[in-house]
Amino acid sequence: MCGTCGCSDDGPGVRVTAAGHGHRVDLEVDLLAGNDALAARNRERFDAAGILAVNLMSSPGSGKTTLLERTVRAWDGPCAVLEGDQETTADADRIAAAGARAVQINTGAGCHLDAAMVARGLAALEPEPGSVLFVENVGNLVCPALFALGEHARVVIMSVTEGADKPLKYPHMFRTADLVLLNKIDLLPYVDFPVDEWAAAVRRARPEAEILQVSATTGEGLEPWLGWLRAVRTPART
Amino acid sequence: MHELSLTQSVVDAIVERLGPARVRLVRLEVGKLSGVVPDAMRFCFDLVVEGTTVAGAALEIVEPEGSARCRTCGDAFGTAEVLPLCACGSADVEVTGGAGLRILAVELEEPCAEPAGARTTGPASG
Repeated sequence: MCGTCGCSDDGPGVRVTAAGHGHRVDLEVDLLAGNDALAARNRERFDAAGILAVNLMSSPGSGKTTLLERTVRAWDGPCAVLEGDQETTADADRIAAAGARAVQINTGAGCHLDAAMVARGLAALEPEPGSVLFVENVGNLVCPALFALGEHARVVIMSVTEGADKPLKYPHMFRTADLVLLNKIDLLPYVDFPVDEWAAAVRRARPEAEILQVSATTGEGLEPWLGWLRAVRTPART
Repeated sequence: MHELSLTQSVVDAIVERLGPARVRLVRLEVGKLSGVVPDAMRFCFDLVVEGTTVAGAALEIVEPEGSARCRTCGDAFGTAEVLPLCACGSADVEVTGGAGLRILAVELEEPCAEPAGARTTGPASG
């Protein structure tokens, strides 16, 4: 379509037009399309093997790994964990000690897991068919929100030592959550954490999110969390 | 700093689609409600393009304003909030614009260089 020199264009989605001294090529490419395509491939792999994949996200120190240790011990079936951290294999070691398959993904300077990292992690982890796969994302309430991994469900974990207004301060993270877990509720008598205000903030960010309260340390609230996993697992396997 | 990997995906997508064609300008859309900081992308851009056909290219970012529509009263309005509230008091509001994150266009150095891959490469899905 070049009116200047007659050279043409025409791949679908790629349009070349003369623009001043150079050529303008209209691309219209979604920046997340590459990651989304890889996430869809991960999802197909999960579905083919009857695996339920859960993406766990939170700020650092909310108790994700402690909750997973308890979950792995209590879950009556195979489970596997992909652990995302910038450095160390500490978390994968803890999960393996609790009795589940675990592979650590170290992101180095990276602040989130993406679908390609998960695909590589899966190749090493080889989760059993029919298992529950927990992907423990890098502790960060900002960056992981944008990157689909192929998960069936997104769980955001907060703890009572964080501010109750975090769901409004980090809306990108909370507005895609399927479940929001409030952890460390054994500490509620010792901290000033307005649970009702927090729950209202979660609902403001994501009206349809389920909300559960747990203590990964004492085990309080574990059964409803396991029940939620069973409920989301059933449709994923059919 | 998810802007680093997003900026990398800009360069990957351009190189994949346009092959050896040298790029002199990249135009992006980074909506104001997208959760991405344009200045951080500008910072990453010069690092990421090094050694590629995009090296030395200018980066132009358009930042569409946010817009929303209230599911309660049907009102459509502009917003700077990721979780907008309608003037009617409802929080049941759908963001309808300003969340986009796209490569809009590039300009090539060589007026007559046919972009390699342009005939055979399809559009990215999604």
